[in-house]
Amino acid sequence: MAQAAPPRISPFYDPRWRSIAFQLLLCAVIVWLAYSAVTNAAENLARARIASGFDFWNSTAGFDISQHLIPYSAQSTYGRAFWVGLLNTLLVSFLGIVFATIIGFAIGILQLSKNVLVAKLARGYVEVIRNLPLLLQLLFWYNAVLKALPVLRDSISIPGGMLLNNRGLFLPKPIFGPGFEAVPIAFVLGIAGAFGYRHWARRRQALTGQQAPVFAVGVSLILGLPLLALALTGFPVTFDFPEMGRFNIRGGIEILPEFAALLFGLSIYTAAFIAEAVRAGVQSVSHGQTEAAYSLGLRPLPTLRLIVVPQAMRVIVPPLTNQYLNLTKNSSLAVAIGYPDLVQVFTGTVLNQTGQAVEVVAITMAVYLTISLATSGLMNLYNRRIALVER
Amino acid sequence: MRPQAFVRTEPVPAMPPPASGRGVTGWLRENLFSGPLNIVLTLLSLLVLWWIVPPLLNFLIFDAVWVGEDRAACIVTPDRPRVGACWAFVAERINFFIYGFYPVNERWRVDTFFALLAIGIVWLLATWAPNKRVAAVYFFIVLPIVSIMLLLGFAPLRLSYVPTSLWGGILVTVVVSAVGIVFSLPLGVVLALGRRSRMPAVRLFSIIFIEFVRGVPLITVLFMASVMLPLFVPEAWSPDKLLRALVGVALFAAAYMAEVVRAGLQAIPRGQYEGAQALGLSYWKMMGLIILPQALRITIPNIVNSNIALFKDTTLVFIVGIFDFLRTIEAARIDPKWATPVTSTTGYAFAALFYFICCFMMSRYARGVERRLETGHKR
Repeated sequence: MAQAAPPRISPFYDPRWRSIAFQLLLCAVIVWLAYSAVTNAAENLARARIASGFDFWNSTAGFDISQHLIPYSAQSTYGRAFWVGLLNTLLVSFLGIVFATIIGFAIGILQLSKNVLVAKLARGYVEVIRNLPLLLQLLFWYNAVLKALPVLRDSISIPGGMLLNNRGLFLPKPIFGPGFEAVPIAFVLGIAGAFGYRHWARRRQALTGQQAPVFAVGVSLILGLPLLALALTGFPVTFDFPEMGRFNIRGGIEILPEFAALLFGLSIYTAAFIAEAVRAGVQSVSHGQTEAAYSLGLRPLPTLRLIVVPQAMRVIVPPLTNQYLNLTKNSSLAVAIGYPDLVQVFTGTVLNQTGQAVEVVAITMAVYLTISLATSGLMNLYNRRIALVER
Repeated sequence: MRPQAFVRTEPVPAMPPPASGRGVTGWLRENLFSGPLNIVLTLLSLLVLWWIVPPLLNFLIFDAVWVGEDRAACIVTPDRPRVGACWAFVAERINFFIYGFYPVNERWRVDTFFALLAIGIVWLLATWAPNKRVAAVYFFIVLPIVSIMLLLGFAPLRLSYVPTSLWGGILVTVVVSAVGIVFSLPLGVVLALGRRSRMPAVRLFSIIFIEFVRGVPLITVLFMASVMLPLFVPEAWSPDKLLRALVGVALFAAAYMAEVVRAGLQAIPRGQYEGAQALGLSYWKMMGLIILPQALRITIPNIVNSNIALFKDTTLVFIVGIFDFLRTIEAARIDPKWATPVTSTTGYAFAALFYFICCFMMSRYARGVERRLETGHKR
């Protein structure tokens, strides 16, 4: 039997041709948009006599930055200012992530407490914080709380040699004497030793079934070795206490109120979201898992550690990654309260001084994109490790 | 010898009910004082409540100043040692907070806009309201056009021109969020469809756009819109400041909306697509009649949640110099006429109440829809 020839359809109705034509059209529109944007930009820049290119990178910045982790002065270059801003962003993001994780996990677990009062209180925290704009919270912490602290003359002194006033928090600065190098080395050795011990304990458990106190030994290795090193070298640490002068405070480490407000606001805000993720994750582990663990004779704490947490982490990690990224991106709100982060230094001051909007905004966006992609890449790696392995 | 009776003739008196597990004390014992850890937690919570609630109530209500002309009403005097929130300041500036610098005689236009918007929102979201299709047309097509004519001015109707530089306060906050919502949903649907398209060029473009926008902070998008957009268009059309911010917000919101819609599209079983194709529906008919109605319905809670995020994020236009609600608070709180130690906190408390009420209502709505959608077949 002869096979019927496929019916001839006009190319207009052929899905293949249609899709090719549509894609060509889309590409043409995008190319045209890009082309007109570039020509317009060239024209507008030429008219405004704004240079283009990255030559500004090596010219003198001429402005000061209140907090710099690397040496910086007004004579430094714009490139240096960029690195200062980036490091400040990374600093506040890193510390923010640490604090937000701690607070968030605590609140998330408290939300699940059988104690109604505690659970409701934690729930209230989450509801209130999540429903208020971060910018409002930052402005509140900065303008209404930290800027309302007493002036320099009436600084509050906190036990331990700390001073608090509306210019910031002043902490004693540790000065490391000779021989202190042994302590970080001991710390690294402690971590390596803890991992080695864990490895050995696991192998032994797999072979003989005997368990070893991994946690206690690990903690005592990581904390004990540096303390031992400190004691053996004769405590080569002295403190430079902040001292009240007439017009300013001498010595010590200064924590700017801008930094404190940003760190505080970011941690508290993100913690509310992390708490929700934690609650959802723990609730996603079905009760049957806990009951099965109990019926195998596990006590509540091992049940939590061996059965519930590993399964909950699988659900918690993806939203947690998102929150870490959000926190990093939200740290750009620093510009509203004047903390010298990447956006404030670079997209603010450098952009205003050079007028090179395209280059400056492009660099800033590239930095955030890189951070975002790198973080989500790392988290995906971790996620793949703990993901459920199915048949 | 007494007869041996093993059968009781009268009933044993009833035992008292168990002390715990019943009544207020039982509830308290079970929930708050069931063990040493629980007792500690309860006491700590009570302590936290004691720290937070009375001072907060004192500040907001009992010590608050409700009427007054200027700062004299809200400063600490010997016969009034404690001063709470200075609501007199908010009362005096309330019109500034709502309308910004919008001309006083034209403010009815803003009120009309608010009313039209409220009608649209209720019509679109309330379950009892009929004709959702008409509501969608009203909200996404009629309302934007009418609002532009109303707020900006429309000569044929004798509505005088009010430049956007005079707009401010809650008006701007509402306009920015409304524009973000109205434009981000259609754009987000298109981007989500593009991301799931089988055409490589379309898919690539959608992915690049979505991931790029989601990878950068809103502030940089706003900076881009406010400093780069004027460069990219011919000088003659240089968009005004508010419009630039609106473009930035709409594009930003669209990328997030696209991911929300994509999640909804992925939740629709394959059989629905195959069924539509078997009926001979074209791509757009399949999407418009079969897939999207179902997908959007189940994503309503997520759409509302992302609108809450958008509503909070509108405060960021503050940074590129738009006079939104938060900015009016910032401007008013440093006014020397009301310079008191409590003015800033009062302003922030007022802003917090406003944002909290709006966001809380939205999240309650999302929760309600979620509960209604939780029908038996979903597991």
